[in-house]
Amino acid sequence: MKIVVLMKQVPDTWGERTLDVTTGLSDRAATDAVIDEIGERALEVALTHRDAVKGTEVVVVSMGPASVTAALRKGLSMGADSAIHVLDDGLVGADAWLTSKVLAAVVARSGADVVVAGNESTDGRGGVVPAMIAEHLGLPHLSFLNDVTLTPGEVSGSRSTDTGTLQAHAALPAVISITEGLPEARFPNFKGIMTAKKKPLEVLSLADLGLAAASTVAGNGRSVVVSTVQRPARTAGTKTIDEGNAGVELAEFLVAGRLI
Amino acid sequence: MTHVLALIDLSPSGEISNTAPGLLAAAAALGTPVAVTVTAPGVGSVLGGQLGALGAEIVFAAESEQLGSVLIAPQIEALAAAVAAYPSSAILVSNTSDGRDIAGRLAVRLNAGLVIDAVAVRQADDSSILATHSVFGGAYIVESTVTGGLAVVTVRPGAIDDRATPATATVATATISVDAARFAAIDSIADTAVESSRPELRDASIIVSGGRGLGSKENFVLVEQLADALGAAVGASRAAVDAGYIAQTAQVGQTGITVSPNLYIALGISGAIQHRAGMQTAKTIVAINKDADAPIFDVADFGIVGDVFKVVPQLIDAINARAK
Ligand SMILES: Cc1cc2nc3c(=O)[nH]c(=O)nc-3n(C[C@H](O)[C@H](O)[C@H](O)COP(=O)(O)OP(=O)(O)OC[C@H]3O[C@@H](n4cnc5c(N)ncnc54)[C@H](O)[C@@H]3O)c2cc1C
Repeated sequence: MKIVVLMKQVPDTWGERTLDVTTGLSDRAATDAVIDEIGERALEVALTHRDAVKGTEVVVVSMGPASVTAALRKGLSMGADSAIHVLDDGLVGADAWLTSKVLAAVVARSGADVVVAGNESTDGRGGVVPAMIAEHLGLPHLSFLNDVTLTPGEVSGSRSTDTGTLQAHAALPAVISITEGLPEARFPNFKGIMTAKKKPLEVLSLADLGLAAASTVAGNGRSVVVSTVQRPARTAGTKTIDEGNAGVELAEFLVAGRLI
Repeated sequence: MTHVLALIDLSPSGEISNTAPGLLAAAAALGTPVAVTVTAPGVGSVLGGQLGALGAEIVFAAESEQLGSVLIAPQIEALAAAVAAYPSSAILVSNTSDGRDIAGRLAVRLNAGLVIDAVAVRQADDSSILATHSVFGGAYIVESTVTGGLAVVTVRPGAIDDRATPATATVATATISVDAARFAAIDSIADTAVESSRPELRDASIIVSGGRGLGSKENFVLVEQLADALGAAVGASRAAVDAGYIAQTAQVGQTGITVSPNLYIALGISGAIQHRAGMQTAKTIVAINKDADAPIFDVADFGIVGDVFKVVPQLIDAINARAK
C-alpha cells in the first residue's frame, strides 16, 4: 500500500505569529517554521501502519517555499521512504483552491492508495484542503477522524460531528484527515537521521506537474485579502495574592463589573 | 436582489440547529435568503414555518433516501440543485467539520471561490461580498472577498448575533440522489450531544475553563460546580483533555474552539500561547493559578495567585449567598 502524507510547514505556534499588514500573508521570516504538529501526527498514522504491514510505502509531500526542505527531511528522518516538495514562485499566497488543485496533481501522479492529512493547519485553520483534493480527484474522503483503521481495500474510522460521533468507511483510494485524537509522532532517532540523507527528495514545479501558471489553474473565484488590521494586545489587569479572602473579592469584582 | 443560500444544520432527528438564525441573518444581509434543508423523504416541508420565522424567504427542501448513509454527499447535491434553481451570489454553510467538507467539495465542483471561517459578512458598495476573519487567535482582523463569480462561505458558529426579519417562506421540495461511490459510507451515528442544561461553549456569555491544575477527573467537578453557579459553559485546556478530565469538545484554544465570551474564568490553566489563542478576545478574563508567574496573568483583568481548591469553593459560596 502506498500512503501519501501531506505536511504543511507553519509558523511555530510557540512564537508570536504575525501577518504582513500590507499583503495579509503570514510573515514567514518573523517566526520559526516548523512542521505543523497535526501533520506529524498524520505521518505517525502512516508509519504505524507501515510498522505493522510489510510492503507499505510512505511518501511525505509538502508545498511551500525553499525552507520546506527542512520539514521534509525531518519527515524522512522520522521514517518516510521518500519526499516530494512542490516549489514554484507562482504559488506564493496560494488559496485553498489552488493548493488543493496542486496537491491533487501530486497525488494523481504518485498513485497513492490513501492520502493522510491533518484536519486543519494551525495557521490558516481552514480544514478544507483534504476534502477539496478528494473532489478534484473524484475520490471519497473521510475527514476529522479520531481513529483510523486501514485494510487493503478500505479505510474506516470515527469522526466527531456537531452532535456526536459517527462511524464511516470508504473504499480505497481515498483521502483522509485526522484530528489530534490520534497519537503524537515519534521522534527521529539517530539511524533515521543518518539514512534520511540518502532518501529521495524530489522537487516539482507546476510545469513538472503538467499544470499551467498558477493564475490560470486557480478557480473562477479566487479569495483575496482586502485588509488586515492588528488588534491591540491585551494588557494585564490586577493580580492579587490569596490571603484567605480572594474568593469573596472575586465575587465582588464580578458583581461590581455586572459580570454576574 | 440576488439569492443567497444558507445550508441549515439539522440534528439527526431533524431539529433545526442554533446555527440557523445567524446563518439566515448573514444571508439576508447579502441578498434574498434561501434556506436549504436536507431531510429524509416526506418530512422536508414541515420546517417552512420555523425557517420563515428566522428570515428565510424561500425554503429549498431537499429530500434524500441516502441521508444518513452517504457522508456529506446529499448536502452537496442539494446545494448544487438549489443554486441551479435559484442563481445566487453566495452559499453559506457553518464552519463545522461537516460544513467545511461540504463547502470545500462544493467550491471545487462549482468552480466557486471559497471563504473560510467568516465571523461577519457584509456587502461592499460594488455589491461584492466582504467577509471578516479573526486570525491568529484574534490578534488580527482580516477582510477578504472573492473575485468574480459565486462565493462559498463558511460562517463561524456563534459569531453572528444579528437576526433577520421574519418572513413567510415559500417551500419548494426536490428529490436528491447521489453517486455513493465517490463518497464515504456511514456505518452508524451516535448522537452523544447529552441533554445538558448548560449553554453551548461556542455561544456562551460566561465560560469556566479548567486545566491540568485540577489534577484529576474527580477534582474537575469543581469547574462544573462553578459553571453551574454562574449559568456558564464548561471549557478546558488541551492538557486537561489529554489527561481525560473532560471530552475533547470542551477544548479551548489553537486546536480547539475559539471563544469570545463576556467573561472567561481560567482555573489551573497556565495560559500557554496556544490556549490564549482561543480565548484572548473574551471581554473580561479572570484567572486563578497558584504560580504567580503563569502567563495567563498577562491577559487576565483580574488574577488571583492562589489554590483553586480554596478560592473556588469560597467564590461559589459567595455567589450562592448573593443569589439568596
Ligand atoms: C500545535 C499545538 C496546539 C495546541 N492547542 C492547544 C489548545 O487548543 N488548547 C490548549 O489549551 N492547549 C493547546 N496546546 C497545548 C499548550 O501548549 C499547553 O500545553 C496547554 O495549554 C497546557 O494546559 P494547562 O494550562 O492546563 O496545563 P499546564 O501548563 O500544566 O498548567 C497547569 C497550571 O495549573 C496550575 N496549578 C496547579 N495546581 C493548581 C492549584 N491547586 N491551584 C491553582 N493552580 C494550580 C499550575 O501553576 C499551572 O500553571 C497546543 C500545543 C501545540 C503544540
